[in-house]
Amino acid sequence: MYDEKKLKEIAKRKKEWETTCYNPLKERSPERMERFQNLSWTEIGPLYTPVDIKDIDHSRDIGFPGEYPFLRGIHSTMHRGRLWTMRQFAGFGTAEETNERYKYLLAHGETGLSVAFDYPTLYGYDTDHPLSRGEFGKCGVAISSLKDMEILFKDIPVDRITTSMTINGPAPIVWAFYIANADKQNIPRSQIGGTIQNDVLKEYIAQKSFIFPPEPSMRLTVDTFEFGFREVPRWNTISISGYHIREAGSTAVQELAFTLADGFEYVRAAVARGLDIDAFAPRLSFFFNAHNDFFEEIAKYRAARRIWARGMKELGAKKPRSLLMRFHTQTAGVSLTAQQPEINLVRVAIQALAAVLGGTQSLHTNSMDEALALPSEKAVRLALRTQQIIAEETGVTYTADPLGGSYYLEWLTDRMEEESLNYFDRIERLGGVIPAIEKGFFQREIAEASYRFQQEVENGKRTIVGVNKYQMDEPVEIPLLVMDEKGEEVQINRLKKLRRDRDQGKLDRALKALGKAAKGEENTMPYILDCVHAYGTLGEICGVLREVFGEYKEPAIF
Amino acid sequence: MDKKIRVLVAKPGLDGHDRGAKIVARALRDAGMEVIYTGLHQTPDMIIQTAIQEDVDVIGLSLLSGAHMTLFRDITDKLRENDMEDILVVGGGIIPEEDVPRLNEAGVRGIFGPGATLDDIIRFIKENVKR
Repeated sequence: MYDEKKLKEIAKRKKEWETTCYNPLKERSPERMERFQNLSWTEIGPLYTPVDIKDIDHSRDIGFPGEYPFLRGIHSTMHRGRLWTMRQFAGFGTAEETNERYKYLLAHGETGLSVAFDYPTLYGYDTDHPLSRGEFGKCGVAISSLKDMEILFKDIPVDRITTSMTINGPAPIVWAFYIANADKQNIPRSQIGGTIQNDVLKEYIAQKSFIFPPEPSMRLTVDTFEFGFREVPRWNTISISGYHIREAGSTAVQELAFTLADGFEYVRAAVARGLDIDAFAPRLSFFFNAHNDFFEEIAKYRAARRIWARGMKELGAKKPRSLLMRFHTQTAGVSLTAQQPEINLVRVAIQALAAVLGGTQSLHTNSMDEALALPSEKAVRLALRTQQIIAEETGVTYTADPLGGSYYLEWLTDRMEEESLNYFDRIERLGGVIPAIEKGFFQREIAEASYRFQQEVENGKRTIVGVNKYQMDEPVEIPLLVMDEKGEEVQINRLKKLRRDRDQGKLDRALKALGKAAKGEENTMPYILDCVHAYGTLGEICGVLREVFGEYKEPAIF
Repeated sequence: MDKKIRVLVAKPGLDGHDRGAKIVARALRDAGMEVIYTGLHQTPDMIIQTAIQEDVDVIGLSLLSGAHMTLFRDITDKLRENDMEDILVVGGGIIPEEDVPRLNEAGVRGIFGPGATLDDIIRFIKENVKR
């Protein structure tokens, strides 16, 4: 962006500055650390200048918001036009308790819903399955049938509010619960909007709530893509997620690289099935973490948009909608401390600011008490208020990509893109994403990074305020969420009644038809919907698919 | 030379959060112990079977889902039924302060929550293992 002559002059001036100014001071009073490394162990220099970004071409690499390569954001007006959706991930206990929480959040200014399911639901088991023992409602809400979904969204206008559902292995079934709930209220399928996470590749890599082996999982995913653009066109049929990869201990670079590698893998799988890339690509969405290293996070989001746009173009996408990356962000759960929990409010605010400056489309801010328990009402309200302050008081929304053009940020964005491309090569050499999973490549990379980070915390090289520095001995005094102890009983009784009252013959026929479709090549979604409408439970429907597809067992690597 | 301490690091239940278990497994191995990691989704019976087969001195349980009061106690109950109480059982995860005494009483001797250091865990095992 500078001419040759100007760059030479700046390079010369920088050298002089180093010799006459920086180096002498550093010798007199040494810097606080010998090396400054960000959370990906990238060494950060003391100063960046135009020389560090001399190879960047404005029209090729930076461009304008709303235009290829979308580095500066996906909309021309960005947050001036529309704020991000404030979407707090929530769910616990019974559908009734969680329904109350949703209404509370909406009443306090939340603009979208996001469902957290409990472990049995995530694995496709009903609450009364033996493996569900001890897990009911602990990490989210228990949803075992359409009945539970009806209660979960009672008095919530699903034709007007969008809902994100964090569900992966059994995503087609839980999505069918949501669609069937709208069907029952005579809301056209074309009117409901939301997202299913439905990203199984990162389950094998990081989050680990997989059910089926990779191949049938990918088939189900492509079934949802196809069903989505035909019948539920406002639905994002996948949220390709780096969040969990990061939480499992990866670096920011690994989060970026592995997530995008997964994204391109889904696109290739759908194209291989014969789907038109420009038909399904506009409904692909992403989900990233917002961690502690402020500039690294912002660079990550910007790099992600550019890598995606370039990669999709290479894969043959033509429509701008297919090239632009829309993403949700959640602040880093793993960065929260159980010690001095109130200070988490500050961490979350800074992380959320990075997500906004990085151009996010929707945002979850963690509650301060989440290292201890599921959030209390007060804690989640403060988390939501944090977003509202950023949105309406700070002015950071007034211009698109406000940090664009910073020598440091542009250098870091470029570098993260380059490192991601290096990872793509390594994955390619292993035979692609699924072979790399089967060889434990991602799992090992993440385990190495998380162990290295932990060792640096233990030896004091990395500071965590309240944990290895500035500790206090005071007991934690913060009110925690208490769940209804009778919830599990309520849920199990509801399941029993459901099984007693439904038309069993109709359900049996629907389950049988699903089994046949799963063995063949037809799209499974219509068959799943038939089972759901006949009040088949999650465990029963998933059981049919387990029978046909088998279950995945992961290599235990540490 | 002393026989190495044999540790089974186990993930009971449906919880998929394995970052902590893997870090602890590595740290114990680096501290000179023999470590066997079960992988995810283990039932209490599977954990007991592996403990018998591998003839371990210590079982380290990791659970972040909140199901520890049920699953940790299922495991210590089964250890008692099988006369395996000489095995030292420790646990970690998101475990509220008020659950700790009840877990101790049930036979989970050491509980290591957020903020416990790897050294704390290693030291506790070395000091309390019965051999």
